[in-house]
Amino acid sequence: MIWKKEIECMQLAELKKLQTDYLKKLIPYIYNNCPVYKKKIDEAGIKPDQIKSIDDIKRLPFTTKIDMRDNYPYGLFSNKGKDVVEIHISSGTTGNPTLVGYTRYDVSLWSEVMARTICCAGGEPGDTIQIAYGYGLFTGGLGFHYGALELGMRIIPTSAGQTARQIKIMQDFKPKVIACTPSYVLYMAEEAKAMGIDPAKGNWKIGIFGAEPWSESMRKEIEQVWNMSATDVYGLSEIIGPGVAQECTHKEGLHIYSDVFYPEIIDPKTDQEVKEGESGELVITTLTKQAIPLIRYRTRDIVSIRYDKCKCGRTSPRISKIKGRTDDMIIVRGINVFPSQIEHVLLGIKGTQPHYQIIVDRKAHQLDEVEVLVEVEEKIFSDEVKKLNELSQKIKKEIEAALSIGVKVTLVEPKTIQRSEGKAKRIIDKRII
Amino acid sequence: MKLTQISVFLENRKGRLYDVCSLLGKTGINIRALTIAETETFGVLRIVVDKSDLAIQTLRKNNFVANLTDVVAIEVGDKPGGLAEILKVFADNDVNVEYMYGFVEKFSDNALLVFRFEDTDNATKILADKGVKVVTRKEIEGL
Repeated sequence: MIWKKEIECMQLAELKKLQTDYLKKLIPYIYNNCPVYKKKIDEAGIKPDQIKSIDDIKRLPFTTKIDMRDNYPYGLFSNKGKDVVEIHISSGTTGNPTLVGYTRYDVSLWSEVMARTICCAGGEPGDTIQIAYGYGLFTGGLGFHYGALELGMRIIPTSAGQTARQIKIMQDFKPKVIACTPSYVLYMAEEAKAMGIDPAKGNWKIGIFGAEPWSESMRKEIEQVWNMSATDVYGLSEIIGPGVAQECTHKEGLHIYSDVFYPEIIDPKTDQEVKEGESGELVITTLTKQAIPLIRYRTRDIVSIRYDKCKCGRTSPRISKIKGRTDDMIIVRGINVFPSQIEHVLLGIKGTQPHYQIIVDRKAHQLDEVEVLVEVEEKIFSDEVKKLNELSQKIKKEIEAALSIGVKVTLVEPKTIQRSEGKAKRIIDKRII
Repeated sequence: MKLTQISVFLENRKGRLYDVCSLLGKTGINIRALTIAETETFGVLRIVVDKSDLAIQTLRKNNFVANLTDVVAIEVGDKPGGLAEILKVFADNDVNVEYMYGFVEKFSDNALLVFRFEDTDNATKILADKGVKVVTRKEIEGL
């Protein structure tokens, strides 16, 4: 089923016309309502009336995560008044967190793109969906909730965690659709087996997995163990949350809702557009959002894009699975982790040096694990083991508070952390994804 | 009389203890007493040596994290109740022992033990008051 056929199957020429209409309205709207953007656009030497076609978007300045942070809380909002009915806040890297907001229209847009997403994956009105993404400040849970409501599904809002209860609910209500992170669904399969339950013996049709990187081999494993079709969803809170792009049942790329989230793929070094099919950084302009519309937002995700019509009938362009990042961010259990956050914690603890390394691992059927190696310096070294243990506990607690995920802290000898070209290698990602 | 103990941070890795000992051996430093406190991921090697200044310099030069701690070596009667006798002095006088370990060799008929106190200055004062014989630095160096 295609939720918004007239848009999702639109001829590309028509789509371009629609995008042009939206952009011509968007730029004056932002220019007149957001002083920060007005300044950016002025500095780029552009007048809003010079934007006459969607192709003129290339003349506009980029927006980065740093802009989001520097203008916290409401600096990038074009409407921060009482029309804003919902806000979501993600944890900050070193300073400010990232705030996004939604007007009633923005929430309805989110509901619509999420309804398209669930349909694209293969969900239908009347299906029961178990939403095991976290509800709360994280956009995953509520995004799926709005979409499922729009679509007319029966929602079981389990949120993440309480695995035994999730499994009991699966037994009692036999949902057809599950939405959660891919590592959590594999973890739940193991827990189910430990409880003597065969995960494959359900009423499953599809799973919609995202918020962290995963591979074709994980897909095969999930499909086999749960007896369902596993699909990939893409989104980020800066743009809207989940619901930016979604795989259809053919699984040959993720359909991006380019009528409202205009994609460009650029070379992150030259900022120039790459050729179709080549990999580059995904840059998105939100064409119709009201509260915090973003112009050319640098996602830092590396993808490629294709514009040919899909077997499913949709003409909406397809992006590849994420191939990498332009920065050193890693995603662990749906949470964005920057090495700088750990550096910040260590600098705050008296006597510790920011000599550390992050090791991320994913053992078979387990959630991702993070180990932080911290080099012991003379200033903090003690002949008493209990003092060293206290120190490592303190580092652990503070890192956990900063990252919002559990970590293991290991004290190591100085100079044991591998340094290449004088620069320490901060992240060792051992996950096979 | 206080003695100097050298503590060395060691990761739980194959050969690390060997690295320390062979380094000290090559430098002509003799280990008099030794203990290791271990955890899941690291250990702390504590040693009393004949040339502690040279030992710490050598260790630091070779990128080991090491520091110096004041300890006290006490001769304890090598007979049943010998250790209890000395511990009673500590208990009666509120002297808290962080940890203790034995010497590799003896230099009389008595056993020789290293004590790390919570408050070393106070402990040595009480030991002197009670007439307990503590081993001097010179005696250790001459072992």
